Amino acid sequence: MNIGSGVFVRISAIFFKELVQMRRDRLTFAMMFAIPVLQLVLFGYAINTDPKDLPTAVHVEEQTPIVRTLLQALETSTYYDLVMQTDDPRESGALLARGEVAFVVSIPAGFSEQLIRGERPQLLIEADASDPAAASNAIARADAILTSALRHDLTGPLKSLNPGPSPFELITHARYNPEGVTQYNIVPGLLGVILTMTLVMITGMAITREAERGTLENLLAMPVQPLEVMIGKITPYVGVGAVQTIVILVAARYLFAVPFIGSMWPLLFGVAIFVLANLALGFTFSTIASSQMQAMQLTMFFFLPSILLSGFMFPFRGMPHWAQWIGEVLPLTHFLRIVRGVMLKGSTLGDLQSEFIAMTIFALAAVVVAMLQYRQTLD
Amino acid sequence: MSALAIDVTGLVKRFGDNTAVDGVDIHMPKGEVWGFLGPNGSGKTTTIRMICGLLRATEGEGTCLGYDIAREADQVKLSTGYMTQKFSFWNELTIRENLEFVARLYRMTPLRECVDITLETLGLTDRQHQQAGALSGGWKQRLALAAVTMHAPKLLLLDEPTAGVDPQARRDFWDEIHRLSTEGMTVLVSTHYMDEAERCDHIVYLANGKLLTEGRVADIIKDSGLVTFRVEGDSVRRFAGPLQQLEGVDHVSYFGDALLVSGTQREIIEHAIEEATDASIRWQVVRPSLDDAFIALMARAGDDRRAHA
Repeated sequence: MNIGSGVFVRISAIFFKELVQMRRDRLTFAMMFAIPVLQLVLFGYAINTDPKDLPTAVHVEEQTPIVRTLLQALETSTYYDLVMQTDDPRESGALLARGEVAFVVSIPAGFSEQLIRGERPQLLIEADASDPAAASNAIARADAILTSALRHDLTGPLKSLNPGPSPFELITHARYNPEGVTQYNIVPGLLGVILTMTLVMITGMAITREAERGTLENLLAMPVQPLEVMIGKITPYVGVGAVQTIVILVAARYLFAVPFIGSMWPLLFGVAIFVLANLALGFTFSTIASSQMQAMQLTMFFFLPSILLSGFMFPFRGMPHWAQWIGEVLPLTHFLRIVRGVMLKGSTLGDLQSEFIAMTIFALAAVVVAMLQYRQTLD
Repeated sequence: MSALAIDVTGLVKRFGDNTAVDGVDIHMPKGEVWGFLGPNGSGKTTTIRMICGLLRATEGEGTCLGYDIAREADQVKLSTGYMTQKFSFWNELTIRENLEFVARLYRMTPLRECVDITLETLGLTDRQHQQAGALSGGWKQRLALAAVTMHAPKLLLLDEPTAGVDPQARRDFWDEIHRLSTEGMTVLVSTHYMDEAERCDHIVYLANGKLLTEGRVADIIKDSGLVTFRVEGDSVRRFAGPLQQLEGVDHVSYFGDALLVSGTQREIIEHAIEEATDASIRWQVVRPSLDDAFIALMARAGDDRRAHA
C-alpha cells in the first residue's frame, strides 16, 4: 500500500462525507447561500451613506422670484425634497419632532428686498440632526447650492453683489444633536439591536434545545399545558431584556451623556411591545428549526436586515424605496424611531403613534404565527 | 370502573403518507406487567404516545385508566408515568432539582418529603446533588424511573427503558418494576430483550404497525408450532451450512458450541439432521426461544401477505 495515496483517499472520503452532510441539512445549506446573497444585495444596493431626497418643509413669508429660485435650487440639488409648506413657524418644530420631515427651510418676509439692498438677510435651515450622518451632507452643501443659484438671477445692475461672500447669511440649526455626536444616535439605537439579538436568538435556542434533547416530549407528557410551557420558558428572557434595558439606559446617561429629553413612559411602552414582538419571533424560529444551530442561523437571517435596513447603522432615508419598504416591516425600525424620538427629541406617545401601531401589528402577527406553528409541532 | 388499564381499539396514526400504527387493539387488565415487542420502527413508541395523550390518534379510540385518550388527555397525564426512550431529564439540574421540578408539575405536597422518599426508595439519596448530565447510563435510568414513578401513577409506560444499560442495572431495574407491580401498578414496557419479555405476564408483538400476536410467552411459543433441536458434537459448526439447506429447516443458529435447528415439522427435521451429520453428533429437543418464535411468526406473516397479494 502506498502511504501517499492512502492519505488522499482518506481525506477525500471525509471530504465527500462532509459534502453529503452539508447537502442534507437543508436549512444550513440554504443559509450558506441566502446570507451572502442577502449581504450582497443589502450592502451593494440598499446602503447609501449620502442620503438624497430628504423630506423638507418650507416656511416662506414672501413669494418673489428670488425665493422661488432658492427653493428651485434646493429641489434640483436632489438633497432636498420639498414636500410641504407651512405657515405657522411653531409647526416646524412639531414636524421635526414627529420625524415627518428632515429639514425646515424658513425665509422671512422682506428677504428679497434686503438681499437686493445688500444687507445679507438671514435664511434659516433647521435640521433633524438626531442622526448626524443623515443630515450632515445636505447641510454642508446648502450654502453652495443656494449661492450658485443666485448667480443666474443677480445679473445686470445686480452683478456687483455677486463676487464676494454669499449675499445672504445662512443659519443652520442642527436640532436635537447640535454637536453631531455620533453616540447620541448609536447608543439609544443599541438598545434595540441588543434586545433583538438576545430575545430572538436566546429564546429560539432555549426552546430548540428542549426539543433537540427530547426533554420537550417529557414535559408535555406531564400535566402541563403547552401555553404554560411557552410562558414559563419565555418569562426569564423578558427579565434578561429588562436588565439589558436598564444597563443600556444607565450607560447612555452616565458613560455617554446621551440626553434624555422625553418622558420615560412612552419609552417603556415601546420596549414592552418590542420585547413581545421579538419573543414571539424567536419562538416561531424555534418551531421551524430542528437544532440550536439552525435557530441561530434563522436569527442571523433576520438580524442582518434588521441592523442594516432599520436605520441603525445607515441613514434610513438614504435607502432606495424597496429597502425602505422592507425596513418599515421590521420592528427594529419603529423601535429606533421611538427610542431616538423620546430620548433626543422629547417625542410624546402622540408624536410616535404610527410607530407604535406598526410595531404592535408586527407583534400581534408574530404571536399568531408562533401559536399556530407551536400547535403543529405537537402532533 | 373498568378493570382494564388500557382499552384501545383500532388505533391508527398516519404521518403524511406514512402509516406508523395501523389498527392496533390493546386490552390490558390492571395490575399486570406487559411487554411490548417488535422490530425498530414497528410503531411501539407511537402507540405508547397515543395511549398517554401525547399524540392524537388519526383513527380509533379508547380509554386509558378509564379516561378517553382523545378528550381527557390531561387526566391521563396526571395518572400515568411515561418514560421516554431517550433520557429526557435536564442535564444542568441535579437529581434532586429534577425530581423537585417534576413534583411541582404534579403539585405534590409536601414537596421536600415527597422527594426525600423517592430518593430513598431508588437509592439516589447519596447522589442527589450530582448534576444529571454527569451520571452514567444506569444512574440516569434510575433517575428517570424515580421521576416517572414519584407521583404514584396507576399506569407506567416505559419505552425501551433498559437499552444500553449493563446487566446488573437491568436486573435491579426489573426488580423495581416487579416491586411496583406488587404494589398494584400496571406496567407496559417496550423492549428488544427476550429475557425481559419473558419476565412479563403477557406480551404484545407489533410488526409494521400491526399487532402480529399477543399472549403469554409460553403460549406464543407453543402457538408458533416451532420445534427446536440442540445439535452438539465435534466441530458441529461445519454442519450449519448444509443443515440450513435442508427441507423443513426454517432456521439454524449458533449457540456457543452447539447449533439450534428450528422448524415446524419434528420428524422431517430429525430425519434431516440424521442424514446430514455423522455419528459423532447428538441432538435433543429443547424449548424454542421467543426470538425464534417471532422470526417464524414474522416469516409466516410475510408469506400470508404474499399469498394474499
